[in-house]
Amino acid sequence: MHKTLVLALGLTAAAPALAAGIEVDIELPRIDVADFRRPYVAVWLERPDNTVAANLAVWYGIKMRDGEGTKWLKDLRQWWRRSGRELAVPVDGVTSATRAPGTHRLSFTAGEAPLGKLAAGEYRLVVEASREHGGREVLNVPLTWPPAAATSAKVQGKHELGTVAVQLVP
Amino acid sequence: MNLRKSSALAALALALGAPLAQAHEVWLLPSSTVLSKAGYITVDGAVSNDLFYFNHRPLMVRDNLFITAPDGSAVQPENLVQGQLRTVFDANLQADGTYRLAMVNSSLMASWKEGTETKRWRGPKADLASKVPADAAELVVREGVSRVETFVTVGKPSAVKATGQGLELVPVTHPNDLYAGEAATLAFTVDGKPTAGVEATLIAGDTRYRDELGKVKLVTDAQGRFTHTFAEPGRYYLTAMIAGPSSGDQKIERRLSYTATLEVLPQ
Repeated sequence: MHKTLVLALGLTAAAPALAAGIEVDIELPRIDVADFRRPYVAVWLERPDNTVAANLAVWYGIKMRDGEGTKWLKDLRQWWRRSGRELAVPVDGVTSATRAPGTHRLSFTAGEAPLGKLAAGEYRLVVEASREHGGREVLNVPLTWPPAAATSAKVQGKHELGTVAVQLVP
Repeated sequence: MNLRKSSALAALALALGAPLAQAHEVWLLPSSTVLSKAGYITVDGAVSNDLFYFNHRPLMVRDNLFITAPDGSAVQPENLVQGQLRTVFDANLQADGTYRLAMVNSSLMASWKEGTETKRWRGPKADLASKVPADAAELVVREGVSRVETFVTVGKPSAVKATGQGLELVPVTHPNDLYAGEAATLAFTVDGKPTAGVEATLIAGDTRYRDELGKVKLVTDAQGRFTHTFAEPGRYYLTAMIAGPSSGDQKIERRLSYTATLEVLPQ
């Protein structure tokens, strides 16, 4: 519903309307196990050479005492390698608490943190999820920045992630 | 003569825990190689027949265990226990960067004749001159230096510097940055110098669950480097050995051995 509205506005308002940006819908599946723990999730943009263009979101055990929640950040294995190990968490506007099963919308505005100014080119939006006593899954959505028109793409996860949908707002 | 030589070598290897060809595997196995929070790891050490199972002897840890922090300072092992089949210790890794955990053994063996009697001596290099007559008849002096090690990183990997002693692995690709399906480049140095022609063997762990060892032979190039693509994630055992005259004393034959436990992560 909201998405339709955004697209309609984008199409009708030729004048400076909505700020360009990226919207990401991440579905965390409900997993029916007794020892379910909310997954750690990282969302980032990377270039074709695997370098990280922007860290967009990291959901982890941020409220645990004595920084205990950082102990498992390494289990977001790809993110940890690409950039996690270079960061000092928490990072304002990027890190936050883990989230419950359901679909979560994240909106990022071009020119503003954490997306920032993105050079024109090819990117991959990567979503990685890792769950205690559970598995790990990584999904990639390729995209071209800046978009010529409003575009959307989605990929379907298999076990730790549901649908990840990406909308580009020109 | 040959027999005497080979038995002396075998004795030396046994004394030093040095892995001669076809000898047992000697290793340190850390509970984690990549940490995102400072804290304890625990490490198993063993001399084994299979990788990485405790099925032969414990590691003989005395004053030969060196845990080196990223800043070069020494970390003391805690709760060191030597069992019948393995040795265990903990290490508190508090700083960000790469820790090097190594068991280093170094010893000299000399044999010579006094009349018809064969004399033998074993000890540190510094004592050689005082314990062994320099003009002894049929004097044979052998030196053995072995390094058994592994690497663990807290946070961002930091450079692993050569100690400059004996045979050692010098990473080009960081040892805690090894991933299945990616080419990794590693180098060997002897006394800190890159050395061509070092023959190394790589064996994946979990040997109990397959019929063939699948040993990979690797040889260093002119720059002392070799490149290998790890097909599968897991723990790997890398070992190399070279022999030659000792640096500093051409009369001493030296045998240098090296083993490392490396963890290769999935993508």
